[in-house]
Amino acid sequence: MSEYVAMEDLDRKAKRARKKELKKIKPGNLERREARVGYLFMLPWIIGAAMFLAYPLGASFYYALNNIRITTMGKVFTFVGYGNFTQILLSDADFPVQLVDYILSTVISVPIIVVFALVIAMMLNQPIHGKGFFRAVFFLPVIIVSGPILSMLTEQGAGSISAIDTQAIGSAIKGVLPSIIADPISDLFENMITILWYSGVQILIFLSGLQKIDKSMYEAAKIDGGSGWECFWKITLPNLKSMILLNAVYTVVFISNNDQNAIIGLIKSSMFSGTKEKGYGYASAMAWLYALIVLILVGLFALMLTTRKGAYEKQVKRAKKAVKTEARQRKKIERRNRRNAKRIERQRARGKIITRKTDSTGY
Amino acid sequence: MSLDDLLDSSIKWLPSSFNISNYTQAAQSMDFFQSLWKSIVIAGVPTLLNLVSCALAGYGLARFDFKGKMVVMGVILLNFVLPSQVTMIPTYVLYSNMGILNSLWTFILPSALGMGINSPIFILIFMQFFRQIPKVLIEAAKIDGAGHFKSFVRVALPSAKPAFITVSLFSFVWYWNESYLTELYVHGVMTTSSWTTLVIQLDNFADNYSSYASTAVSGATSLNESISMAGTMLSILPLLLLYLVLQRHFVESIDRTGITGE
Repeated sequence: MSEYVAMEDLDRKAKRARKKELKKIKPGNLERREARVGYLFMLPWIIGAAMFLAYPLGASFYYALNNIRITTMGKVFTFVGYGNFTQILLSDADFPVQLVDYILSTVISVPIIVVFALVIAMMLNQPIHGKGFFRAVFFLPVIIVSGPILSMLTEQGAGSISAIDTQAIGSAIKGVLPSIIADPISDLFENMITILWYSGVQILIFLSGLQKIDKSMYEAAKIDGGSGWECFWKITLPNLKSMILLNAVYTVVFISNNDQNAIIGLIKSSMFSGTKEKGYGYASAMAWLYALIVLILVGLFALMLTTRKGAYEKQVKRAKKAVKTEARQRKKIERRNRRNAKRIERQRARGKIITRKTDSTGY
Repeated sequence: MSLDDLLDSSIKWLPSSFNISNYTQAAQSMDFFQSLWKSIVIAGVPTLLNLVSCALAGYGLARFDFKGKMVVMGVILLNFVLPSQVTMIPTYVLYSNMGILNSLWTFILPSALGMGINSPIFILIFMQFFRQIPKVLIEAAKIDGAGHFKSFVRVALPSAKPAFITVSLFSFVWYWNESYLTELYVHGVMTTSSWTTLVIQLDNFADNYSSYASTAVSGATSLNESISMAGTMLSILPLLLLYLVLQRHFVESIDRTGITGE
């Protein structure tokens, strides 16, 4: 008996020692070498990120706090603190107006682009003739959309649907809404085609999302008597949720980097502007303001599209929780029973209780 | 459509006679073949470099575990979302300090280091793709005596062909259509270099045409709509041809690479 205990003790000691050893050589040698190779593969990117992302970010933040004038001696920095920002927001003639325009038009046009892309993608997902042709047509804009070409085409009136009387719609909207909101909306109608042109990539993303949805789900829903409408809301949309988020973010980024965007033109022109208070510093401050707005917009859409969880997931979670609490309760009861049994046993051993069980005549 | 037809209100769709003088004039004023060649170079070279650098970074992210991987991912996403205008000005200063402004190097350098136009998207595409390669394959290569780099070149790259097609197509098109940065870095704002693209030529079409018309001996008329439309058509044409030939790859590419990754 005692031998056995000693053995066990020894065993335990050895185990502890081994554990200590394991702790000492925490990441395996192989792993560390692998990680080093990983860094090697990332090296070009890391250099690039330092050179073309981290350094310019820091520098442009520094520029934004300065007034920079280019003289024959080189760049002359004068520290102005947040003077550039206040000047942009308070006394610049164009920038705040353009910024508000940009925000409104983005907020309005992103949902339109995403919904349009979804509708087209669902249509293209139907078994129709000439699917390949239609796909090609809807993707074509991605190839040829570029700033100058678009501006040439819009100049010729190719930006709006000529069958729709945009003037009438515009004036109708202006009659109802205040002009701050009405202007972007009527602009939207005038540039309807342009907006639809922006949705090439989004259509493809939705299409591949639609094709990943399991067909048997629709069949099951149909057997249960679900209509096409219900199928859309209960199956298609929840499955496309991540795609919708992706598309929204992509659209915001696309619109804000697009050459058609007036703000980035403004930043460039003030970068090379010769007036005293403009120049690199002023343009940097503009760019920072703009970036902030873009990030906020992206965050906004991301928040809107991610917070809500599906009803199904919620139910599953609740059910799992219920199962867990039940199990815990059961264990608790079991433990209590065991404890009670032990106590009774003990008491019986001391002879305090004369249990009825031993009493064969009882009960 | 000749000028007379354009002014004649009775003619709307069908011109009275077939006329290609607009195209020839537009092409001459845009210096078409010269610009076309330069466009191809400006779009093509960064595309090749993008392929290399993004494939490397994508493989590194997909295959290896290292400290700060999540940080790298975060930076890639930030790089995607952040408008390029924030980094534009210091980069411009950097280039001018390095003396490579108004040359092709301003596009070569970032794309070789994985920071080109829309590079984050390409890195994510590659990462997604390399992840799908079974790890067993690479382990088998290791057992057969291949090093990390060899197994990357011999095993991972050949199976990532669709990703390569996608990235090269999109990178080419996006570089081709980029006029903002091209004009800033390569073409030049204050002093123009000889580097120019069709898109930029179109942007400055009115100026180009008027200078052409004033010097040309042939009876060039003043700028009218049909000529500028001819110019637009000319600058769309090369990509249009490319698209017609490679249309299937463009459309199927997103399906195959799983750009939409979870």
